[in-house]
Amino acid sequence: MEKLKFERPVINHINAGVPDKFGMGTAIQPISHIDDISVEDLLNEYGSPLYVLSEKTIRETYREALSAFKTRYPKVQFAWSYKTNYLNAVCNIFHQEGSWAEVVSGFEFEKALANGVPGSKIIFNGPDKSNEDLERAIQHGSLIHIDHFDELYEIMAVAPKTGKKAKVAIRVNMDTGIYPHWDRFGFNYENGEAWTAINKIMPNPDMELIGLHTHIGTYIMTPNAYAVATSKLAALTVRIQMKYNHHLKYLDLGGGFASKNTLKGAYLPGSDTCPSFDDYAEAITGALINSDIQYEHMPTLFLETGRALIDEAGYLLGSVLANKRLLDGRRSLIIDIGVNNLFTSFWYEHHIVPARIKQRDTEDTTIYGPLCMNIDVIRQAIQFPVLEKGDRVVIKRIGAYNMTQWLQFITYRPNVVLIDAEGKTHIIRENETHESMNALDRIPQHLKEIQL
Amino acid sequence: MKLTIAVTGLNNTDNPGPGIPVIRGIRESEHIEARIIGLAYENLEPGVYMPNMIDKTYMIPYPSSGTEAYLERIEEIHQKDPIDLIIPNLDAELYTFMKAEPRLRELGIKTFLPTQEQFEERHKANLDAFGKKYDIKVPKSITLTSHGDIQKIKDHFDYPVLVKGKFYDAYIAYNSDQVANHFNKISAKWGLPIIIQEFIKGTEVNVVALGDGQGNTIAAVPMRKLFITDKGKAWSGITLNDEEMIRITNDLIERTKWRGGMELEMIKTNKNEYYMIEINPRIPAWVYLAVGAGQNIPEALVKLAIGEKVEPYTNYQIGKMFIRYSWDLLGDIQEFEQLSIFGEIEK
Amino acid sequence: MKIKKNIAVSENGFLFDPNSGESYSLNKTGQLIVKLISEGKTESEIIEVVKEKYEVETTSLQRYLDDFIMMLQQMNLLEKEED
Repeated sequence: MEKLKFERPVINHINAGVPDKFGMGTAIQPISHIDDISVEDLLNEYGSPLYVLSEKTIRETYREALSAFKTRYPKVQFAWSYKTNYLNAVCNIFHQEGSWAEVVSGFEFEKALANGVPGSKIIFNGPDKSNEDLERAIQHGSLIHIDHFDELYEIMAVAPKTGKKAKVAIRVNMDTGIYPHWDRFGFNYENGEAWTAINKIMPNPDMELIGLHTHIGTYIMTPNAYAVATSKLAALTVRIQMKYNHHLKYLDLGGGFASKNTLKGAYLPGSDTCPSFDDYAEAITGALINSDIQYEHMPTLFLETGRALIDEAGYLLGSVLANKRLLDGRRSLIIDIGVNNLFTSFWYEHHIVPARIKQRDTEDTTIYGPLCMNIDVIRQAIQFPVLEKGDRVVIKRIGAYNMTQWLQFITYRPNVVLIDAEGKTHIIRENETHESMNALDRIPQHLKEIQL
Repeated sequence: MKLTIAVTGLNNTDNPGPGIPVIRGIRESEHIEARIIGLAYENLEPGVYMPNMIDKTYMIPYPSSGTEAYLERIEEIHQKDPIDLIIPNLDAELYTFMKAEPRLRELGIKTFLPTQEQFEERHKANLDAFGKKYDIKVPKSITLTSHGDIQKIKDHFDYPVLVKGKFYDAYIAYNSDQVANHFNKISAKWGLPIIIQEFIKGTEVNVVALGDGQGNTIAAVPMRKLFITDKGKAWSGITLNDEEMIRITNDLIERTKWRGGMELEMIKTNKNEYYMIEINPRIPAWVYLAVGAGQNIPEALVKLAIGEKVEPYTNYQIGKMFIRYSWDLLGDIQEFEQLSIFGEIEK
Repeated sequence: MKIKKNIAVSENGFLFDPNSGESYSLNKTGQLIVKLISEGKTESEIIEVVKEKYEVETTSLQRYLDDFIMMLQQMNLLEKEED
């Protein structure tokens, strides 16, 4: 007699009141391939864990976002938010698509220049711009978005030395009906601070006010907040037209669009509640078109969307290190992906699935990373199939922030691989090695010798 | 007319879902011969075990597992046991069903729900704007986004005030210390912002109503709760003769073109003013009172959903009462086993 | 190794423990193993029977069985062994 296919024995407690496997079991769909490349092959070739980015998804997402805005409003310019993911290959995909660069530090500014972005197509944001940074930005004709009065005075002092006019915008913060109100960045709209700043810039011969900027928050689920923000910036624009007969070239609505990740504590999954690019575009362009800005002087709409353009394109692949039972009988799974590789796990319930499933039974599981630290938890409680040592797991939607906020801790950071549109793989950042890690260390003479 | 109708909200506990009262209305209809499918989230929802209510129950995943998993299960059920109409009865499901309406329609499953716009604009946090837009008195409210904002209250209100959470919880506070206390408690549980609402003295009154989506009120029955449980749920209630409440309801439905069932919660002051405090976008659990008083709202909703013309109800019996009671239903473990292992049970 | 008395597994894989009032669900292999334990089979006999019927190696089966028996102990479904 032919033998039956074996499944490991499973016993599950039936909780009175709480649903069991029905409907839940089907929720786990393994991810065996990314853009037709097998997860197993990728890990065998490049090591585990491994970051993987899909160029196809990046370009498709970008084009979808651009078309959502362009079909509604003709003058649209995206600027790639470097802090979201500043691997050079990633930046250049966006630059090839036509994105300018949006940077928030001297370091990012240098990166953008080195990537070949003309200085005049760099937007310089953020509260931390040194004198040297400002001088260089003015020299390059970059767009400086002023965050506070101290910076405004600094530019007044620095600009004459350069012999050039500083191209500036101010960042405006405002009540858009959402919480929290980001009043720590920029000049407030409601209390007149923004108008005061404008009145200092306009008469100054060394500065040219060419736009207005706002960035109302992060992970904004209500598109209407953008409509409110747009209307308020438009009102300022009109006021400038009236008082100075000066026409702004652009309004920059910043970023903050949500991705499909699920925030901790949210009831419905992010994939259900995340507004579409069309929703955001409708809110913003609707408010712009209906504003009182003179028709022939309609400004270009700048967007600095980061997360929503890249999150979906990133995957983090890893392997199971061990299975363990916790004291209360709950299963725990230890994988080689730690929170140092997945910074966003502090606020997302990340979507994690096996690369393949041998049997459908799931158990209530805690998924831990490999660090010797109690905070290293990838998922606190998840119905997960029982995996074995060496089995592969895939974490979806990790393209935003993880490759910039990652922490080098205990071990080397892994390779980052890009799958191009033809399905070819390229390492776009090498894993760290003993040499690269030690390259910046310096040992004083008296500490060079040790004897044990 | 033979129909297969799927109903959720079978949690007939001391905080009851509207499923069973809705089914009772349908069962009492002379026009509808219904096969009732129960959709249960938990294997101990009492409605599943009650006699003569549900023909067959299926377990479904919570909406929190995502629209995909949720709809896959509904489709799976629909293939085995074709459904003509679904009546979702719980707040947490409505978003999912409204979003899924086109897909359900394609499958041949009808619903009769408010539009997303109607659903959004009546949210607790939007009540102020809603009142202005539709000319309805609402209690004045402000939102607090930080502890420091508590000082703002005295510029807007006289104490006492209501301190409310974003989703749930409401407490009365008589001074700023009590506000601070509730602020901490509520924000720890539901996060910010906290809503401070004018405390309107008066009697809470409610209306259950049904709009046809064209601006017509098909049914409306006003009621006052006579007794409330410690969970704030009606234990007993009585229908009222209150033309003003009916007028407010008709006006609201006409202006919003409300589609589907709804419950209006109002405070009637001793000066006979009505303040709207909440609008629930679904049939409430006490709907059977309306059925008993002569307006079979579940039946009318079914007819509207399948596209039949429904004459509006204009009368109801005044002074009709309901009193909830608890009843120990006996069952065998086999039923529990059947539901837990197979996720479905035939009654 | 002994299953507590009065514990029965239905053919659907539903296990009711009348001692505690708790209910459990088992998959097919789990069902078979509980049946073998209640028939008084030893661990090595269980491995023999399971191997007879299913395509599985002894080492991995041993590992799964250990884990499964630990679960049964955790759930208080086995009599305490007297050493």
